[in-house]
Amino acid sequence: MLTKRIIPCLDIKEGRTVKGVNFVGLRDAGDPVELAARYAAEGADELVFLDITATVEKRKTLVDLVRKVAAQINIPFTVGGGISSIQDVSALLNAGADKISINSSAVKRPDLINELAQEFGSQCVVVAIDSRFVNNEHIVHVNGGRTPTELRTIAWAKEVEQRGAGEILLTSMDSDGTKAGFADELNAVISELVAIPLIASGGAGTMEHFFTTFTKGKSDAALAASIFHFKEISVPDLKAYLRTKNIPIRIEK
Amino acid sequence: MSLVIIDYNAGNVQSVTYALQRLGVEPVLSADPEVIQKADRVIFPGVGEASTAMRFLKERNLDSVIKSLKQPVFGVCLGQQLLCAHSEENNTDCLGIFDVRVMKFEPLLKVPQMGWNNLDNMIGPLFKGIEEESYVYYVHSYYAELSPYTIATTNYITEFSAAMHKDNFYALQAHPEKSGKVGERILQNFLDIK
Repeated sequence: MLTKRIIPCLDIKEGRTVKGVNFVGLRDAGDPVELAARYAAEGADELVFLDITATVEKRKTLVDLVRKVAAQINIPFTVGGGISSIQDVSALLNAGADKISINSSAVKRPDLINELAQEFGSQCVVVAIDSRFVNNEHIVHVNGGRTPTELRTIAWAKEVEQRGAGEILLTSMDSDGTKAGFADELNAVISELVAIPLIASGGAGTMEHFFTTFTKGKSDAALAASIFHFKEISVPDLKAYLRTKNIPIRIEK
Repeated sequence: MSLVIIDYNAGNVQSVTYALQRLGVEPVLSADPEVIQKADRVIFPGVGEASTAMRFLKERNLDSVIKSLKQPVFGVCLGQQLLCAHSEENNTDCLGIFDVRVMKFEPLLKVPQMGWNNLDNMIGPLFKGIEEESYVYYVHSYYAELSPYTIATTNYITEFSAAMHKDNFYALQAHPEKSGKVGERILQNFLDIK
């Protein structure tokens, strides 16, 4: 049976892992390759690397990092952050990334989704959507969730699918950092609306939250950062718990 | 041991290269028929679309090269599909090593199948040391139907050929290079085939 995926997210700044809460109080958390290898060994199903390096110049270190990760890690991984062209994507995929994720650049120029799907195949194009509930509507935000757009989240999710996205990574900015649970209602609406997998992100605080995102939230995968980094929940414990709740989960034999 | 990965512009083969290097093998990426024919082992990878891949192979005469190979050959992902007779993906005639059709999943669940699923009913040396129901990583919208060549099955929407074998040809729908320890063992088993 196809399993639900547990995806730790690593925030990368200038080639190093950083930890913080809502990007505040960032501190160095070591070598991303070592951390990635640890997560893979613990049974993570995929990894996401989110580059939060501010300048384009310093982002070039990302390709080197991707090459090192790909040489050592035997599970799939996605790279996101500041990707806005076919050239960016080509460099990352050739270095060994399995998928890339785009966010603000897709909002700015939606044709980018079509172009990437055409050039590299939908399977490697993840569209990340940051959503916030404003005036009784779910609205797409950009620039790390700070800037509202004109786009409604549900309509945008359908549009990115039609344009060729292979997967949607939906972060609820209302839930993010709260540890009060994933945005199950919104996730369920979108997961049922589209025929591509939905990765739920934002709000993980307990193991029960993962159970509800896979049941009530109908998500195909769940992403979290801080609870794994700060070892509040370990991947093996989480997976064992989900198994006891009859969620299809991979445990490597 | 000399191992050639057939280079035919079918997606990113860097991950396959890295996975083999982790097993201590330095693969050669080549589209040269002579280099391919002389290799001890051949891996036929692929990510992408069937008709484009077949056109590319035919333009370089690699279709007849692949069919003529006598050493162990391992078709992976799209490589497995192209070793079949025909694919529903753009109604493409394929290499025909396996007299099997490649079908599109009925969209009863999300398509593509993306993620980890079980290997069941495993037979033969490719799966030596791998426990029943072990997980491998899939990304695909098309599948090879069950046949007498099937040496492992997976169930997603329908039961399909997770792996196939005929003579010196082996094939796997999943991505062994991304399937953790299980995938590494499958690759090692392919290297160990006599």
